[in-house]
Amino acid sequence: MPSSDDIASLNDVHFGYVASRPVLDGISMRIPRGKVVAIMGGSGCGKTTILRLLAGQMRPDKGNVVFDRQSVPRLSKPELYAMRRRLGFLFQFGALFTDMSVYENVAFPFREHTDLSEELIHDLVLMKLNAVGLRGAAYSRTNELSGGMARRVALARAIALDPLLMLYDEPFTGLDPISLSVVGQLIRRLNDALGISSVLVTHDIYQSLKIVDYVYFVGEGRILAEGTPEAIRSSTDPFVKQFVNGEEDGPVPLHMKALPLATDFLGRAIEERAQ
Amino acid sequence: MNIANWLRALGQTTINALAHLGFIFRFFIAVLLNTPMAVTRARLTLREIYFAGVLSLVIILVSGLFVGMVLALQGYDILSTYGASDSVGVLVAMAMLRELGPVVAALLFAGRAGSAITAEIGLMKATDQLLAMEMMAVDPLARVAAPRFWGGVISMPLLAALFSTAAIFGAYVITVQLIGMDDGAFWGNMQAAVDFRMDVLNSVIKSIVFAVIVTLTAVFEGFDTEPTAEGVSSATTRTVVHASLAILAADFIMTIFMFRGV
Repeated sequence: MPSSDDIASLNDVHFGYVASRPVLDGISMRIPRGKVVAIMGGSGCGKTTILRLLAGQMRPDKGNVVFDRQSVPRLSKPELYAMRRRLGFLFQFGALFTDMSVYENVAFPFREHTDLSEELIHDLVLMKLNAVGLRGAAYSRTNELSGGMARRVALARAIALDPLLMLYDEPFTGLDPISLSVVGQLIRRLNDALGISSVLVTHDIYQSLKIVDYVYFVGEGRILAEGTPEAIRSSTDPFVKQFVNGEEDGPVPLHMKALPLATDFLGRAIEERAQ
Repeated sequence: MNIANWLRALGQTTINALAHLGFIFRFFIAVLLNTPMAVTRARLTLREIYFAGVLSLVIILVSGLFVGMVLALQGYDILSTYGASDSVGVLVAMAMLRELGPVVAALLFAGRAGSAITAEIGLMKATDQLLAMEMMAVDPLARVAAPRFWGGVISMPLLAALFSTAAIFGAYVITVQLIGMDDGAFWGNMQAAVDFRMDVLNSVIKSIVFAVIVTLTAVFEGFDTEPTAEGVSSATTRTVVHASLAILAADFIMTIFMFRGV
């Protein structure tokens, strides 16, 4: 059950991009204040959809999404925009503005939402970049950054307005081991230092179990398993075991549903012969 | 295909086309409602005027010059047959102001600036930049669409005027400087024949309408892009094709109303 200690929660959420194919089928989850929560699952299981519902980008077909005691689907556009100022979103590949420098990217939220002087914005931008270790790249172009650096600049931009909740969409995708570890540690450190809460959508079981407080496994539109990293590591649940150990076959089958082999391979030959 | 299926397909196509037009109209209204940011943060609009207008100057001026020179050569050749070579200046000025200036400048603008606007917005969409903006509580319609729309609408009529000016200058160089026609006859006949309301004002009205058509198409197609490399490519092509056809159709309609009694 959601409590006042939760910064956000999903309550019996149903959602589908098309009515005939539900992506989420009655999901409930809690994001406690100050914690880092990971949402894991196979590709296309609806992890990113959960982030989008939390950010109010989409509305659930049924159920409720709550952020900071507000029902997100019921918010008007101005209220939604006001809510998003208390939310940080890190996109899979950073989504930095390519027509701006690193400095201008991080200054963007300040310039859009505050009346701060340029001197103050300058100091704040450098502080945010320093927090992610990239003060030295402040005046670089975004196309000069590596994937990991771009992700860190995007993180500096996302925390610019000191959000209550950070949403990370696949923050480890395509990173080398060093960058991966740096981004992982940054997520944990910023969460604790800024006193915020974080939701992490990821495939990277090894890295995420090192930094998160709680894990939800999503599959077939439902929550298949949940628990602390210790509980997940020692779980005997076949799905969790398959995911944690990266086994190719198990509750999540190697082959997706298809017609029987004989029908698929010989069906056409049989049809041609019949003609 | 039987007639029922054919009618069904025709009906479906018509409904889809009307729905698409309705969608564009709603987008247009949304851009207009988000205009205040383009005004209050003039820096954003000035940047777009630079990209759409200033960077199009070379192609507009050079094209105008050549169109004017070619028109003067052809006009002189034909008019001298009837002993009316003094009217070359009038021919070029009328052709440029009434038709070629706004139309050709708009077609060039669609190819140079319209395609660039669509590609830029499309790429922003494909790389989640528009979504990132929304997640930072910044409306992309106000921050991206409105400044680009007004930047294009302000630039295009000025470019059309410069295009016509360059063409008349090109005609002057050919007929007066090269062929040796009388300077006074060239300018005098032109001054006597060109009517401010009928020719100049109608030219400005046409170029403003074309500016709205090109820029709205470019911005809309950018926002409506499928977020893939192929999607951006086909949206850019659609901008040039749709805007060009719409310009020619709108020109025909406006010409009927503007010059039918002449």
